[in-house]
Amino acid sequence: MRLDVRFPIGGMFTILGVLLTLYGLASDQAIYARSLGVNVNLWWGLVLLVFGAVMLGLAVRAVRRRPSANTDSAAP
Amino acid sequence: MQHIQLGTIDYTILIIYFVFVLGIGWALRRVIRSSDDFFLSGRSIPAWIAGLAFISANLGAQEVIGMAASGAKYGIMTSHFYWVGAMPAMVFVGLFMMPFYYGSRARSVPEYLKLRFDEKTRGLNAITFAIMTIFSSGISMYALAKLLELVIGWSFHASIILSAVIVLVYIFLGGLTSAIYNEVLQFFLIVLGFLPLVLLGLKDVGGWSGLTARLATVATNAGFEPGAWSHSWRYMDAPSHNPMGIEWFGLVMGLGFALSFGYWCTDYLVVQRAMAAGSMNAARRTPLIAAIPKMFMPLLVILPGMLAIGLHASRGGFLPIGSDGQPNYNLAIPMMLAHYMPSGVLGLGLTALMASFMSGMAGNVTAFNTVWTYDIYQSYIRPGRSDGHYLRVGHAATVFGILASVLAAYGATRFNNILDMLQLVFSFVNGPLFATFLLGMFWKRTTGHGAFYGLLTGTVTAALHYGLTISRGAVPGIKGGFLGAVLHTYPSEMALNFWTALFAWTGCFVATLVISLLTTRNKTDKELVGLVYSLTPRLKEDYLPWYKRPLVLAVFVLVVSTILNVIFW
Repeated sequence: MRLDVRFPIGGMFTILGVLLTLYGLASDQAIYARSLGVNVNLWWGLVLLVFGAVMLGLAVRAVRRRPSANTDSAAP
Repeated sequence: MQHIQLGTIDYTILIIYFVFVLGIGWALRRVIRSSDDFFLSGRSIPAWIAGLAFISANLGAQEVIGMAASGAKYGIMTSHFYWVGAMPAMVFVGLFMMPFYYGSRARSVPEYLKLRFDEKTRGLNAITFAIMTIFSSGISMYALAKLLELVIGWSFHASIILSAVIVLVYIFLGGLTSAIYNEVLQFFLIVLGFLPLVLLGLKDVGGWSGLTARLATVATNAGFEPGAWSHSWRYMDAPSHNPMGIEWFGLVMGLGFALSFGYWCTDYLVVQRAMAAGSMNAARRTPLIAAIPKMFMPLLVILPGMLAIGLHASRGGFLPIGSDGQPNYNLAIPMMLAHYMPSGVLGLGLTALMASFMSGMAGNVTAFNTVWTYDIYQSYIRPGRSDGHYLRVGHAATVFGILASVLAAYGATRFNNILDMLQLVFSFVNGPLFATFLLGMFWKRTTGHGAFYGLLTGTVTAALHYGLTISRGAVPGIKGGFLGAVLHTYPSEMALNFWTALFAWTGCFVATLVISLLTTRNKTDKELVGLVYSLTPRLKEDYLPWYKRPLVLAVFVLVVSTILNVIFW
């Protein structure tokens, strides 16, 4: 079993989600005038975080279901 | 023009993306042991991954920028490229063609032509395809580097070199698997990067009804009925009633049939993703799974263009005016990003733009290195070497392919017209290909000579048609009419392109049919098992759960795209 693509996808979006959420909380609210007053970093950061976590969850579940997955890596 | 200012957070997001892209290549480097692993992912990719890669390889920068531009220029009619064009073609390739592509164990589209017809048909297709991929990769590189230079003020050279190096590293390390994995990552990034833009834009104009009201101004200003930008079919009765300048017949036959089937069913760039799938069933489901998100892509790529032109009409000056006095439609997405996105999601949106750029380029490069290695090098230059030899050639072809694309990108800065001309010539070569496949796969009597001379006839028909007709207001030359006499004037460039594709297809179809009947068959029934419909045993699918059956997926895709057509009628 090679790398499950859901790990890097989940990992990247979780990191980006955390980053945007924190930035949304810390940033000067004045910059959100252009996004119609919506703190789009905070909200979209949470969306990315949920998406990333779901992807990671699915990847982890797949590994748990097939615990031998890493040992049969010789099979093409 | 004022450049978009990027903050630390935006650069951080871009760098995190680059780290993951390269990390995927690095993590996959051990998987590559044979040329089959490098070029075809060892035929082991699950259907959903192959499916997302299938649309992502097509979702290059030209698609994203171009569809938004068309959305601004023609309105919701642009969705015909999806709901009339891509959908039926993707269903057809999955249901009817994949059994032969995958079942024949051909490693590429040209190799299928060799198995089905003969060496010369393969050679023609392989060589034109290899050159074409390099040029499309180069032209899309040029387009994006120019855009980033204009919008953010990044250096043209830096954009080209940075993206070339990154794509080179991840394909070199992990081959097609790495390209496919990155395409899946890029797909999600493009969706999640552009979605906030669309949502904010819609909120700003007051939803679909607010947008329609603004588009009515756009339409009446251009001299059309108020609904011309917000209805996809209502004004298709005559070319003069809609901005695309085409009537329903030319659209359905030219775009829906000739152009779309030609692209989705025969272009190795996308078909390679399905060939990499882990089983026949997964290969057949690849284009069908791809069709599901593809149906909703207009929301993501066409809608921003419509929002931009709507805002341009109601508020004025939203889009910069180009040298021809028209708004610069290609800037629709960058201008929307600049207008709505604060630092943070702005970086995400720009990263999505970079991602679309790299997925298009990687798609071209992986298709190029495979066709070059298997269909040109192994067939004509050095046959019969060890597998390790071809794997090394594949690595070298990746480096060469990227260097050549960079050269083509720089060529585009100086000889833009020559590159446009080359693309045009290749469209003549590619246009008729679907007729060859249709006859080849469904009529066992089709001969090698029929296929080869049929393709040439189709190409000549396309060139003659394009050379003898022109679109209204165009100067004879690259836009048609270069043969001196103009026999017909089409109302728009789109109409000219659609009809050229239809002429190419018809010329090839008739010539292949006639020449096949006049020549003797060069393949026996036995040699054609697995390559032709009537000689291949039917696939059994009873053992599959209903949701894994290609037919169920196909019906679902067609029903939903019909509903979408009706909603936006």
